Amino acid sequence: MSASTLITGIGLGSMYGLLALGFYVTYAVSRTVNFAQGSAMMLGAVLTFSFAVTWGWPMWTAILASLALCTAWGVVVERVGVRPFVRRGSDAWLMATVAMGIVLENVVLFTFGKDPRGMPPSPLTTESFYLADIKVQPLQVVIPVAGIAIAVALHWFSHRTRHGRALLAVVQNPDAARLMGIDVTAAIVVTFALSGLFAGVAGILIAPLFIISSTMGTLFGIKAFAVAILGGITNAWGVMVAGLVYGLAEALITSLLGSTYTHIVTFALVIVALAARPHGLFGRAEVKKV
Amino acid sequence: MTRRNHQSSTPFRRGLAIAAATAAVGLLAALPLNAADPVKLGLVAALSGPSAQSGEAITRGLTVAMDEINAAGGILGGRMIELVRRDDESSPPKGVIAARELIFKEEVAAFFGGIDSPVSLAIVPLANKSKVPFMGVWAAATPITRNKADPNYVFRVSAVDAIVDIKLLQYAHSTFGASKIGLMLINNPWGESNERGLLAADAGNDDVEIVGVEKFENNDVDMIPQLTRNKDKGADALVLVTNAPPGAQMMKSRDRMGWDVPVVSHWGISGGRFPELAGPTAGDAHFVQTYSFFGEQGEAGKRVLAALVDKFDNINGPEEVFSPVGTANAYDAMHLLAKAIDQAGSTDGDAIRTALESLGRHEGLIKTYDPPFSAENHDALNENDYIMVRFAGNQISPIE
Repeated sequence: MSASTLITGIGLGSMYGLLALGFYVTYAVSRTVNFAQGSAMMLGAVLTFSFAVTWGWPMWTAILASLALCTAWGVVVERVGVRPFVRRGSDAWLMATVAMGIVLENVVLFTFGKDPRGMPPSPLTTESFYLADIKVQPLQVVIPVAGIAIAVALHWFSHRTRHGRALLAVVQNPDAARLMGIDVTAAIVVTFALSGLFAGVAGILIAPLFIISSTMGTLFGIKAFAVAILGGITNAWGVMVAGLVYGLAEALITSLLGSTYTHIVTFALVIVALAARPHGLFGRAEVKKV
Repeated sequence: MTRRNHQSSTPFRRGLAIAAATAAVGLLAALPLNAADPVKLGLVAALSGPSAQSGEAITRGLTVAMDEINAAGGILGGRMIELVRRDDESSPPKGVIAARELIFKEEVAAFFGGIDSPVSLAIVPLANKSKVPFMGVWAAATPITRNKADPNYVFRVSAVDAIVDIKLLQYAHSTFGASKIGLMLINNPWGESNERGLLAADAGNDDVEIVGVEKFENNDVDMIPQLTRNKDKGADALVLVTNAPPGAQMMKSRDRMGWDVPVVSHWGISGGRFPELAGPTAGDAHFVQTYSFFGEQGEAGKRVLAALVDKFDNINGPEEVFSPVGTANAYDAMHLLAKAIDQAGSTDGDAIRTALESLGRHEGLIKTYDPPFSAENHDALNENDYIMVRFAGNQISPIE
């Protein structure tokens, strides 16, 4: 594998990992996920483009506003697409979150337009430096650094802060946590907000590298879910590492066999890996006491 | 008295009026067509999605030509042409549904196609089976017109992959001195059509050798692995075949890996916001076109450009005519089709097909067609009609 391909794999893998952390954070606490994470990612990219380019806001204002709205979108998904079904003991949230993603994509289609757009050049993509004869753009460094930093922050938050420990308590026993005065509903809302926030960060980071359109997140969302399962969805580090493994595998397979085989081989490898380790590469089987 | 007369005459008059109205309705129903009925011509093209600009450019060309024809009295002794558009969203199944609607519901006399070869290839069997002429104005896949149907109802005023591919290899050698070519092809029927065409062109060209054939998907974010494979095989120029969004992704990947290899492209990249999507290196791609509104214009060029400026608020000159190839091809195609319908003397598909195959000399925008088509050749343009261009900012500028 050439160094350029390696950098490509790490960059894409970080994106998948970041998006997959959104699956992890909600599943770990509530055993539910937003299956439309890809749509939330698209929302981050579309909003940032609209605020910064169409409306001419300063970039940092646009980014902060986009992240705030993506976080709010996560809350809406939980309130509308998850909670009503979980309360009735139904698994229909699976379909409800998919449906909300489709609705979001179509709303964006009609408001943002059907014409794909591109972020204007920025120093993150026009400047470059050489690392052992390999040209590297700053964004290619920012993406993995952001992904790993978020994984570290998530780990620190959940293990070192009072609120994080409260979340872990909800994971272990929601009823006991409730009796101890922890607001379980609020804890779950926070995880969906974080899920939306991570997707927004991924969308903003990928926007300068990709084309911005209402459908840009679809395939990303599917791959991120595969990564989350592959990593063992209850392990933040596992999910992030699985993202990097998946990204590198994609780049390596394309490099060796050509892109015709990329999706065939990578998804086949996911199946093989899960057949060998049903709880993911870094997950552990749940112990059920009876 | 008067009143009585009036009362006595009313039933008679009413009966007369009813009889006259009945006769008029019967007469109208008996007439096959009113001389004022428009002749409907269809368009199936991408009017939304990544290639939406191409559909708009085609519409502009067709509309300007249609307005000229209608202003001059129409066709078939005074019937106006009416354009009925349908969006294929760059999707072959949607294109076929749209074509069926145009043929069977709208009953168009003939219809035009859009930029996407996979869509046009899917429509070809329907056009031949329904015996309704289908005129391509952009999609360049070789089998669109060379489809082995007899009789063949598919014609084209556009480039042909098999011929473009010869031109692209020649240009890579003559302009950049390239001898080892790496191919970067979209993974769809259009890419496959060009893969066959480029390999055939390579076999007949002693100056260049194709050293790598790489494919990519429409939504690939990063194409550095494919580019690296071509680089490792020694490619000193790339031939690109794709539409604007994935083409832009390839240019960005090429830039990221710091490989300033020359890029010679088919014209798909001109059908969208390529300069915006590709960023600063968009101008590095040299690509083929059939017409440019820049430079000295002939009579037809001046007339069409004036009409475009007059008709569309956002056009003030050649720099605002995005995707000029779609506009120019569509303009000539509309005139040729209208001429054929006039010559056929009817809107019967078979009569129009025969007329197209026997049309005489026509002074068009792109060139003088003499003749445009024959029974053996349904492609109006050939290698002598192609020019090479590049993006200068958002404008398509000819390369001397």
